[in-house]
Amino acid sequence: MPNEKPKGTPAFMQGNEACVDAAIAAGCRFFAGYPITPSTEVAEGCAEKLPLVGGSFIQMEDEIASIAAIIGGSLAGAKSMTATSGPGFSLMQENLGFAYMTEVPIVIVNVMRGGPSTGLPTRLSQSDVMQARFGTHGDYTAIAFAPSSVQDIYDLTIHAFNCAETYHTPVVLLLDEMLGHMREKLYISDESEIVIKGRNYPEVPPEFFKPFAITPNMISEFVPFGEGYRYNVTGLTHDEEGFPTGKSNEIAAKLRKLRKKIHIHRKDIMRWDEEFMEDARYVVVSYGTAARAASSAVRRARSEGIRVGLLNLKTLWPFPGYRINQIAESVKGMIVAELNMGQMIREVDRYVMGKCKVEGVLRYDGDALEPWEIYEKITELRSKVRGK
Amino acid sequence: MDIESVSKEHSYLRIKKKFPTVWCSGCGIGAVMAAIIRSVDELQINKNNVALVSGIGCSSRIPIYVDFNTLHTTHGRAIPFATGIKMVRPDMKVIVVSGDGDALAIGGNHFIHACRRNIDITFVLINNHIYGMTGGQASPTTPQGKISHTTPYGSIDPPFDAVEIASAAGASYVARASNYHIVQASKYITKALDHRGMSVVEVVSNCPTLFGRLNKMKSPVDQLKWQKDFAIPMAKWEKMTREERSQAKIEGHFAIGEFVTDMSRPEYTDLYEQLKQKIREEGNNGK
Repeated sequence: MPNEKPKGTPAFMQGNEACVDAAIAAGCRFFAGYPITPSTEVAEGCAEKLPLVGGSFIQMEDEIASIAAIIGGSLAGAKSMTATSGPGFSLMQENLGFAYMTEVPIVIVNVMRGGPSTGLPTRLSQSDVMQARFGTHGDYTAIAFAPSSVQDIYDLTIHAFNCAETYHTPVVLLLDEMLGHMREKLYISDESEIVIKGRNYPEVPPEFFKPFAITPNMISEFVPFGEGYRYNVTGLTHDEEGFPTGKSNEIAAKLRKLRKKIHIHRKDIMRWDEEFMEDARYVVVSYGTAARAASSAVRRARSEGIRVGLLNLKTLWPFPGYRINQIAESVKGMIVAELNMGQMIREVDRYVMGKCKVEGVLRYDGDALEPWEIYEKITELRSKVRGK
Repeated sequence: MDIESVSKEHSYLRIKKKFPTVWCSGCGIGAVMAAIIRSVDELQINKNNVALVSGIGCSSRIPIYVDFNTLHTTHGRAIPFATGIKMVRPDMKVIVVSGDGDALAIGGNHFIHACRRNIDITFVLINNHIYGMTGGQASPTTPQGKISHTTPYGSIDPPFDAVEIASAAGASYVARASNYHIVQASKYITKALDHRGMSVVEVVSNCPTLFGRLNKMKSPVDQLKWQKDFAIPMAKWEKMTREERSQAKIEGHFAIGEFVTDMSRPEYTDLYEQLKQKIREEGNNGK
């Protein structure tokens, strides 16, 4: 919560730099990437810092190769990351699905810029949030986080690694151009205080090892290549031993496992912030940089006696739908503030189920949302609801 | 082949798990798989230390059947996956098996860049001149005039020469043989595995079901004979003029032998380890 006294050593750094430092603190030891604005500082930081901590950096020939290399690196035992922006994220989609299917932990940082296509390399947007959910082909269950400050970038990068390593799945971190390039104060916890999670290493000898076993908590055991557990990894739909299968029951079981693995642990994955929610009659739902403007707008409205709260999502996928649904019971209206033509608003609307009004404040011209835009929407919605 | 060597190869196969294979009878891929196994065995490389990586296609099914650390990836991307493994575990023996479409069309750029880096990957290219898995479409190595399901009137595309690409891009060991010359292929694969750097061994192979059937070589034996007749030994190849060579290639001839054996080029992960060592000793001065 915002009023807690911050712990750790104060620092002042750029968002992309904080992402690099947090990744290394989380144990990242391999980075493969390709230059793309506005994410390049992440690759540059890794090129400089990883070899100093015994890790490795490689600049690949494109983004497809970058994600492929980190999947290989992760299978060889290193916590691995890549960073990109919209066009590169599009190129990564096939292998993102491969990592999901083969249950390999990786972290992908997408510093969002305006799209479609080459779009706005140096301007901000939040228009890849649905791509992070549905970008790869096939049924896919995503984990994606959207930080809204440099502090958030640091904390959520570590959380992203912990989720990837715990659930053996790809995790996407959605920054944006403004957040990646802005400099701001943050507090860095001591190494001893950072919670670092690792993979679920096997207790059984190789002959009993099933790399993709369907367990009660849906998390299989993982062992890196070269440790004496020789197994097969394939993007083809496979059985618990990792061999391609065509049996309907095994196919369905595999796909259910992948979905349930994230679904049953969703409360450990999800993080969000709430402000002024106790007596709120209206709520602004936002995330990323847009949530900064939303916070400012909510404070101004509060100072004028309007009972409005803020829900800063932070976890976009899995979507905290049940919380939205709870809130919808007690408020009269929700405003979704985001930097796109209306992506998360659909998801919010889906969970509100008609219990209150839902309206969007959307901006997609490459600029940040201004607090007054959201403030005006709050007053407008209030008069609409009151006028009824 | 005697009983002992059959059983030796079997000890590397996942006999109880995934056999029979997906390959058609008369397919050349199995012989190349056996050649790889024999080479690993000959060099006494620990199975636990071998990563066998592939992309998509008929030849890319090899990893499923062999008892190494095996990774069957996405179409064309075997090399970058293998690069990641090698970067994290430079001590591991990383082998990539790939078909002509996988390696030279969709994965062509990765192939070039792995050669440029001279990263220690043993790359076995099984070139059967056609897309087998998808049912017989033209590949970047289909000779001009040959029939496939996407070149029903004969291909007009000039074929790629993987050996020349690899040599030009900087691979430090490059050789070519064929299924007919499988003993030679075995020998080259052994040398490639023993070489530290990017090594490329192309094995010209046979696909009787598609390439053979569509091109008047109905039985696997016809295709092996074609390999015998169209292979040009290194000694003869070296005496041919540039024009003669390019004409011969267009007609489907191919040179066999060792094209590059360069021990002087430093290997990529060795260079990176040296760099790490250096900057850690210097304590990253000036940064």
